[in-house]
Amino acid sequence: MTSTHAPAHRTRSTSVPAVVTRVLVLGITLALTVFIAPVLISQQSWMWLTVLLLAAAGIFVLYSTKRFVPGKYLFPGSFFLAVFLILPIALTVGYSFTNYGDGTRGTKEQAVGSIIASSVQQSPDAPRYAMTVATSGTAAEGPYELFLVDPDAGTVLSGDAENALEEVPAGDVTVVDGRVTEVDGMTVLNAGEVNAIYNELMELAVPVDESTAVRPLGVNQAFVGTTVLQYDEDADTITDTATGEVYTVSVIGDEEYFVDSEGQRAFSQSWLQSVGISNYERLFTNPTVANQFVSAFVWTLVFAAGSVLLTFALGFALALILNDQRLKGRRVYRSILIMPYAIPGFISLLVWSNFYNQEFGLINQTLGLNLNWFGDPTLAQVAVLLTNLWMGFPYMFIVSTGALQAIPDELTEAARMDGASRFQSTSKIVLPLLLVAVAPLLVSSFAFNFNNFNAIELLTGGGPFPDGSGRGSTDILISMVYRIAFGGSGADFGFASAVSVCLFILTGVLAAIQFRFTNVLEDVN
Amino acid sequence: MQIRRKSFLALGGLAASMTVLAACGDDSSSGGTTGGDASDGGGAATGGDSSGRLVIWADEEKAPALEPPATAWGEENGIEVVVEVVPADELQNNFITANQAGNGPDVTMGAHDWIGNLVQNGSIAPVQLPSDVGDTIAPIGIEAVTYDGQTYGVPYAVETLALYANHDLTDAPAPSTFEELISAAEAGGAENILSLPIGEEGDPYHMQPIYTSAGGYLFGKDSEGSLDPSDLGVGEEGSLAAADKIAELGEQGVLKNSINGDNSISLFTEGKSAYLISGPWALADVRDAGFEFTISPIPGFEGMEDAAPFAGVNSFYVASNAANAGFAQQFMTDVASSPDVAKAMYEANPLPPVNLELREEIATSDEHVVIFAEAAEAADPMPAIPAMAAIWGPLGIAQANIVGGADPHSTMEGAGEEIATAIG
Repeated sequence: MTSTHAPAHRTRSTSVPAVVTRVLVLGITLALTVFIAPVLISQQSWMWLTVLLLAAAGIFVLYSTKRFVPGKYLFPGSFFLAVFLILPIALTVGYSFTNYGDGTRGTKEQAVGSIIASSVQQSPDAPRYAMTVATSGTAAEGPYELFLVDPDAGTVLSGDAENALEEVPAGDVTVVDGRVTEVDGMTVLNAGEVNAIYNELMELAVPVDESTAVRPLGVNQAFVGTTVLQYDEDADTITDTATGEVYTVSVIGDEEYFVDSEGQRAFSQSWLQSVGISNYERLFTNPTVANQFVSAFVWTLVFAAGSVLLTFALGFALALILNDQRLKGRRVYRSILIMPYAIPGFISLLVWSNFYNQEFGLINQTLGLNLNWFGDPTLAQVAVLLTNLWMGFPYMFIVSTGALQAIPDELTEAARMDGASRFQSTSKIVLPLLLVAVAPLLVSSFAFNFNNFNAIELLTGGGPFPDGSGRGSTDILISMVYRIAFGGSGADFGFASAVSVCLFILTGVLAAIQFRFTNVLEDVN
Repeated sequence: MQIRRKSFLALGGLAASMTVLAACGDDSSSGGTTGGDASDGGGAATGGDSSGRLVIWADEEKAPALEPPATAWGEENGIEVVVEVVPADELQNNFITANQAGNGPDVTMGAHDWIGNLVQNGSIAPVQLPSDVGDTIAPIGIEAVTYDGQTYGVPYAVETLALYANHDLTDAPAPSTFEELISAAEAGGAENILSLPIGEEGDPYHMQPIYTSAGGYLFGKDSEGSLDPSDLGVGEEGSLAAADKIAELGEQGVLKNSINGDNSISLFTEGKSAYLISGPWALADVRDAGFEFTISPIPGFEGMEDAAPFAGVNSFYVASNAANAGFAQQFMTDVASSPDVAKAMYEANPLPPVNLELREEIATSDEHVVIFAEAAEAADPMPAIPAMAAIWGPLGIAQANIVGGADPHSTMEGAGEEIATAIG
């Protein structure tokens, strides 16, 4: 808009649609807040609740009046920056100080609950009863009583959490097809109602003896089971009621487990804990990991810089050739050259990975070679660079072609008049002018290749692995992080977060250097 | 006007982001609300937590086969059953995450070797199989879903490796030793003797018959018969003997790094390989290839142990946070005791079943599937303990490197050390 729309004008023009829009938008915000807040409260996700309330409050303060004009502009951007950029980084940093991973995802209560629940053993000789749940109260509230029909004897038993099983007089209940269907003076629950109160029912096990009880199994059966393990909250121990063995909490590695008397891990469940800087310690003090990190970093730089230089060299050369007016059919050539760019990268990478097969691959077969492309570390690196060259040169070609066409022909003509050779006019006049436009793209291409996970994972899978599985010869930092976090022994998010934080810092420093580099190039103008 | 339009757009964006935030975590609660409505409509007041729909997760191949019998079961038992497709390679992780967040399914399908990881993450609840389950389900199925003395799932299909032989390229369609296999293929003049995927990263799953026949083992068993992660077989004597054998086969050109998961089956179907070691998933391709073939158990080396490939058992599990645990357990019991669901699934997707009644029924009509089912009885269930995750990478790479010419003993010992460190 033009300068005629000065703020003074705008503030006075309160049109009807504007007011309606404002009311609607604020109303929707309020409605959404009211709708989402209880959900977040029920899930106890206090962090998101805080975000929600702050955002809603922010919207109301900023947009309900005509004041805070700068705030109206700043708020959307800052909000998205905070939620989608800063928050994930903060969460990653937070996780890097924990042991979060497989086996340590939940709380200690969840781990104990899972250990106890897994210890219920079905008594081998006991019958499996046909179960009916009845209540003297309401179906949703209880109290509940179980009516069981012994499939062999045909007798009807009943009991609840306090009262052990006893036989029911035949007149009190109606039995149809080996199942109690009606009980005098009580309401029988249907399958859906039993399902709805199932968790409650499981706790209402009808005791047979101290540790054995009749428990529901599904909505119409019950089995006799023993809870072998019991948790003592005060002593923080788990006791095996069958053998009398007591399991105590002890630290193994970075994690706490319940261990037996010999200190051996008794159950695989552990829980989420803060482990301080131990993830970082592991990264920097473990010589293998540290070495792998350094060699991966070096190869990442070589890979990213090599990819950029090679693709640019080829793309620029082709663009120069095809920029020559004397060449016929340039459109056709150009279209063909852009083809690799048109094929989805996922597909071309997988196809290329088959080309390199030593025995059946296209390259060795066509050229009559027997090169062990993916088995030899150096050849594998060459293969990665070659493939990335094929993948990346059309982009550089397009960019260079565009930039070349923007450079006036008069400049090169003038240089030629002054006696410059063709090579000199290209390298001294065209290239510097071209770099002004292309340099930022080279920098962004470097940044892209620095984290080009697909190019590695889909082509070589990081391999070959001459020294075992830690890091393959073609693994760049990001694919190595992936291998550490999700390869090996299950997901180790804590450690992977620590590596990611280091990677983040590293990329940040590199980006700062790159920006300086870009500024230098732009100073040509 | 400009500023108003801008702020309106911003608010729209904000509203959208709020919806995203809401979607992050409102599934279970909103599900609860709809569930309440549904049951109110039915005229009976139920508790708040039940969502009124039994949700089952399965991968893209099994979901279509499961849907009709599961829906029929739901109609019989008075609950709506929904089968949701989750891609096979994301199923386990998504299940663990969703279940923990409280918006996962009630039942999930999956391979039995997930059990260790699912248990250590507290994601599944034990399942009490009927005491006469041995009459309905093959022993390998029950063994596979038993973990630390507890049963966690109901098995329905079993997969294992067997030997495919191309009659055009060999005179020994069912060799009794590995040596016979090699000499028969050499005599037949095949381009490749054996198609067994290795690649540069190795494939311990397909290598397992060779590894075990030469005396290698992965984990020893403790006194109770459970696998013991502290007794690691990689790097021990038997594994070194296996490493020698693998190196020898690599030198002879029987095992090749250039044969990998992408080309192993096609080499065989194109007639470029006399034998193929693969599972029932290759059956359709091999049948289409148009030559005569035989499927037989994988032979061992002469005078050494029998080859014992892994058996993978597909099973149903009950989620620990299932909203409909009652119906979920009911479903388990019914699948375990009656062949109906397994049968309907077999008809849509013929995997070797573990249900004995179903096996008898198809014995005459589908001999190949039955061969696989029976071969599985001689196989070892894939270890389900979480420590197994540490095996695949290092052991595979060691085997691939040995095939490629690396020193067998030091490479295998190196892998053993690496695995032992990872297990901790």
